Amino acid sequence: MASVPMRELSGSTCIVGVDESDEIGTLPHKSQLTLHVEAVTNAVRDAGLAVSDIDGVFTAGQHSPATIAEALGIVPRYVDGTTVGGCSFIIMAGHAMLALHHGLCDVAVISHGESGRSGVGVSPRRDTALPGQYETPYGFGGAPTYFSLITTRHMHQYGTTLEQWAQVAVSTRRWAALNPRAKNREPITVQDVLDSRPVVWPFNILNICLVTDAGGAVVMTRADRARDCARRPVYVRGAGEGAEHVMLTQMRDLTASAATRLAGQKAFAMAGVAPRDFDHVMLYDAFTSGPPIMLESLGFCKPGEGVHFFEEGRSTPGGTLPINTNGGGLSYTHSGMYGIFPIIEAVRQLRGECGARQVPNARLSLVNGMGGMLSAAGTLVLSSEP
Amino acid sequence: MSDRAEPLRPLPHPVTPEARPYWDGARQGRLMIPRCRACRRAFLYPRVACPFCSSRDIAWEQASGRGRLHSFAIAHQILNKAFKVTPPVVLAMVELDEGPRLLTNLVDVAPDPTALRCDMPVEVVFERLTDEVALPMFRPAAGAASAER
Repeated sequence: MASVPMRELSGSTCIVGVDESDEIGTLPHKSQLTLHVEAVTNAVRDAGLAVSDIDGVFTAGQHSPATIAEALGIVPRYVDGTTVGGCSFIIMAGHAMLALHHGLCDVAVISHGESGRSGVGVSPRRDTALPGQYETPYGFGGAPTYFSLITTRHMHQYGTTLEQWAQVAVSTRRWAALNPRAKNREPITVQDVLDSRPVVWPFNILNICLVTDAGGAVVMTRADRARDCARRPVYVRGAGEGAEHVMLTQMRDLTASAATRLAGQKAFAMAGVAPRDFDHVMLYDAFTSGPPIMLESLGFCKPGEGVHFFEEGRSTPGGTLPINTNGGGLSYTHSGMYGIFPIIEAVRQLRGECGARQVPNARLSLVNGMGGMLSAAGTLVLSSEP
Repeated sequence: MSDRAEPLRPLPHPVTPEARPYWDGARQGRLMIPRCRACRRAFLYPRVACPFCSSRDIAWEQASGRGRLHSFAIAHQILNKAFKVTPPVVLAMVELDEGPRLLTNLVDVAPDPTALRCDMPVEVVFERLTDEVALPMFRPAAGAASAER
């Protein structure tokens, strides 16, 4: 699968700085670009570096990397604007690894800012031509109208139930209760999820992520330089990506993600690890059905069995495989392209900075995210050790 | 103001040149699909190269109009402001007997998950939006009602 040179890249680069924007949540007083700039300056400070040290700029979404560089007042020698959905930032950590390894840049920043709730300083959506012709005349539009079809087919094929999806929301909320930055922290029950407002069956509102304003940034450099930074470095041991479709009709199997399988295989092979090796897992949870299907596509279990990680309590505080310890897109924050935030949480866990929600002895963490409707995927294997 | 009622749905937009036979067919009450002459597989959405074998030798044919409900969802809330049909609306993915899948609405059914099941047989019907535009939709296939109960 992965070639020998990819194995040699394992552990060669590190994440040395992470942070959110000054605030996350409902922020009508802040533009999208402000969220970027706050996040980058905070993450660079976390690393013990200066904005002027950045020479590689990576961002996805409405703004180009040139816009971010200009706002920061720097002239980078490497830019990447790969935009394949919310996992783009996870994919970019792999791209940054390559660019750093080959000396194309020395300090890379991956920046996210999105005024997803308040819409301050945002641009019109792009790439709506195909949905406009074939989907919006039927009332499709908005992620719940599509991800619901994936979910219904999974229920048909494997017998998964509304109660089992609800367990994902309950588990994730238990983590959010331990995170002071999480938006929704009150405990919920399976019955609360089942009784919440119907949006698009099989989803009620508590099956669906938040809609917030937030920024986040990640700073990376090569391992040799990382040792001089302010914090304990977190090593990128494996990285993988894949992209299958954009239109849901083109997804080969609605119940399994080809992009996720590919991204996971590449990342695990590069790192030389298997699913059983992880202490901590972050999965992109735009919907409650997403994380179980991702676990299946990544090979943690057989198809149809991903929900068991949640209903048996393995994923919760004190469980054997803690999942989405920041409270996830479901309860912590979800600005629209959530992928930067699972990286930030994994780094904080591996540094041991997470207080009440700290996973004891977390050394190996998985970050996996989707773009679109399981359309694209990025996987990272992160470790506190090289 | 026209005396014709405004359509409750956004019209397909932009209609692209490679999809013209699809929409011309729909206006005439026919579901047209492209088929690759090289590998013989039919596909949607319309493209100038076959997504299975990359051949550029594509022909159009009229589909049977029959298929199966591959998946469905019931929209209680419409997020698209241009869509003015009163919810609930059954959102559907249909797999045609010829193979291609499309997104559509399931009509002539109760918007109730217990009344619907994946893989139930469906058939095409057309809803006219304007003189120029009709949309393919699907309903339970005739004779299939007993299978749903």
